[in-house]
Amino acid sequence: MTQLTFARAINAGLRKSLENDSKVVLLGEDIGALGGVFRVTDGLQKDFGTHRVVDTPLAESAIVGTAVGLAYRGYRPVVEIQFDGFIYPAFDQIVSQVAKLHYRTGGAVRMPITIRVPFGGGIGSPEHHSESPEAYFTHTSGLRVVTVANPQDAYTVIQQAIACDDPVLYFEPKRRYHDKGEVDESADPASAPPMDKARVLTDGNDVTLVAYGPLVKTALDAASAAADEGISIEVIDLRSLAPVDYEPVVASVRKTGRLVITHEAAQSGGLGAEVAASITERCFYHLEAAPVRVTGFDIPYPYSKLEMHHLPGLDRILDGVDRALGRPNSLSGLEG
Amino acid sequence: MSTDQTGHDGANTPQGAGNPGETGPEFLQLVTPAGERISHPEFDFWVRDVTDDQLCSLFEDMTVIRRIDVEATALQRQGELALWPPLLGQEAAQIGSGRSLRADDFVFSSYRENGVAYCRGVDLTDLLRVWRGNASGGWDPYSINMATPQIIIGAQTLHATGYAMGIQNDGADAVAVTYFGDGATSEGDVNEAMVFAASFQAPVVFFCTNNHWAISEPVRLQSHIQLADRASGFGIPSLRVDGNDVLAVMAATRLALDRARRGGGPTFIEAVSYRMGPHTTADDPTRYRDANELEDWAAKDPISRLAGLLERKGLLTAELQQQVKDKADTVASQMRRGCTTMPEPQAMDIFKHVYSTPNSWLERQQDHYARYLASFGDPAGAVSEEGAR
Repeated sequence: MTQLTFARAINAGLRKSLENDSKVVLLGEDIGALGGVFRVTDGLQKDFGTHRVVDTPLAESAIVGTAVGLAYRGYRPVVEIQFDGFIYPAFDQIVSQVAKLHYRTGGAVRMPITIRVPFGGGIGSPEHHSESPEAYFTHTSGLRVVTVANPQDAYTVIQQAIACDDPVLYFEPKRRYHDKGEVDESADPASAPPMDKARVLTDGNDVTLVAYGPLVKTALDAASAAADEGISIEVIDLRSLAPVDYEPVVASVRKTGRLVITHEAAQSGGLGAEVAASITERCFYHLEAAPVRVTGFDIPYPYSKLEMHHLPGLDRILDGVDRALGRPNSLSGLEG
Repeated sequence: MSTDQTGHDGANTPQGAGNPGETGPEFLQLVTPAGERISHPEFDFWVRDVTDDQLCSLFEDMTVIRRIDVEATALQRQGELALWPPLLGQEAAQIGSGRSLRADDFVFSSYRENGVAYCRGVDLTDLLRVWRGNASGGWDPYSINMATPQIIIGAQTLHATGYAMGIQNDGADAVAVTYFGDGATSEGDVNEAMVFAASFQAPVVFFCTNNHWAISEPVRLQSHIQLADRASGFGIPSLRVDGNDVLAVMAATRLALDRARRGGGPTFIEAVSYRMGPHTTADDPTRYRDANELEDWAAKDPISRLAGLLERKGLLTAELQQQVKDKADTVASQMRRGCTTMPEPQAMDIFKHVYSTPNSWLERQQDHYARYLASFGDPAGAVSEEGAR
């Protein structure tokens, strides 16, 4: 076990993949000498060369589009999109090509491409640097979408994503990059829990609280604060957003009868809606209250001085927990 | 051979001169529309080994793919295909370039390069699968080293560039060749592909067929300069060739391939041709195109031109013509049979190959739909009934 920051854990996972498979190549802007704007690829170009860790011109569609060509040629490209808000120029290549080529070719051409996306807010950045675009991609068949919430998962799941024969969007919670955690670098990703499995983090009986990425830590903090008031919350880290692993969520809600889901992304059409609908379909007779969503608002990501109003924090999550429990809350007395 | 990255090879076009739709003497031509072979100090070299037999075989291929095109159009009119994108008039551009490739080169094309696919050895039934609505691709790209038709305009140019970067990493001397049209040159992807290809000196050939029309939009709407002139802005050498002259196309393609194989990086070829037919069988060019223009281009027909050359050389015998006609008829009837006897896809096929690994979301939906179909007792019947509504 070693203490690693989130960013170093991803770096270690990338290094492992580069060592283990000569077909793994990294593409992105500033990922070479600089080591990426968040230093996630620090030192990799020096150790693996400019042909395997490629600084590209500034064109996101081309970064992803050339990764498609490399995958055709038998490579396993790992693409870095510098910031969440910069992914849109690559949207067509991701949605129309990466996601659909396996289907289009009747399974003849595989697209083992990993697209790394630092996502989420809370770092005081200007526009386009704090977005949560995951739902655009969970809505696209052919893609797998995963998030990580701790350094060990960051290390393991990046290797699983790269080893996966399907394309994977790997969302990294950028405000957690400097958080430290224990990482077992000897852990074999093949024997670790698969990346499309959710994980129950705390055992609880009163409310099921579903989170992913940067808000997992916030959810855990909320659960421990609630425990002080005698409320027992079961926190689930969704990890995979496409597909969502509903089994542990279903098992939990059948026990608690109450569901709260939280994410930074805007509410409408988001993962919260999808989870709420799916759990309602599967657990209708076990639910004691309507599922509650505690999310970012349906607004463009706001200027940084006000971003904490947009981001679900501990108190807003607890307010949502109160709503699920029918306790006094900010919406008490409102109908619908 | 010049590898000057900022200039042109052979065809010297004044920078920025000329309407992109115009054709004149300022492109590479080895055979005149009348079928006269004219010599070229630089480019004769690239076709010096083309024998009389090979000229006859080029004539055969061009005739066969025109026949394929006519047959497929007929199949569409008869309701056997939902749609077909004709290549009429572009036979020289496709056969001249397609026949220049090596088996280990890899083609990333648009949806109109059926003649190139023919050169790659595509199964004729596979060529029709997409257009009959039986598949989204049609063939295994690795079986003929050619990607299936790309419908998103210009997207394939990036795939070719990435593939070429892979060739480079592998230390191989294969080449990626990407085909696209004049309309595609306005797409961001095509421009980004040229940036990447130049930066990494990737072994890729950009083969732009300027057929003058992007559905109803003339090439002058896409560009104020000749398309070949755009390449110099990316540091990519370019060639502007008579796309209806199969020998000129072959010479240009061979030069570009040779440069790429030797580590000289990308080349942009503008093959000036004309889309004699509609964009697809769903299009009506009489709404936007002058009939006189069609007449002018009919006079430059690529097959008549090659026939003219063969005639001058005493090669256009009745025997050859009969042999080519027989071959074209055989291919057409094989293709028709392949089309009409193609097995119908089955309802549950829609769930296949979305992922290469198990996916819980999809498995659940698949299971539910199978139950839904089973509720009719006869799954196939239920689907055809739905389809008929």
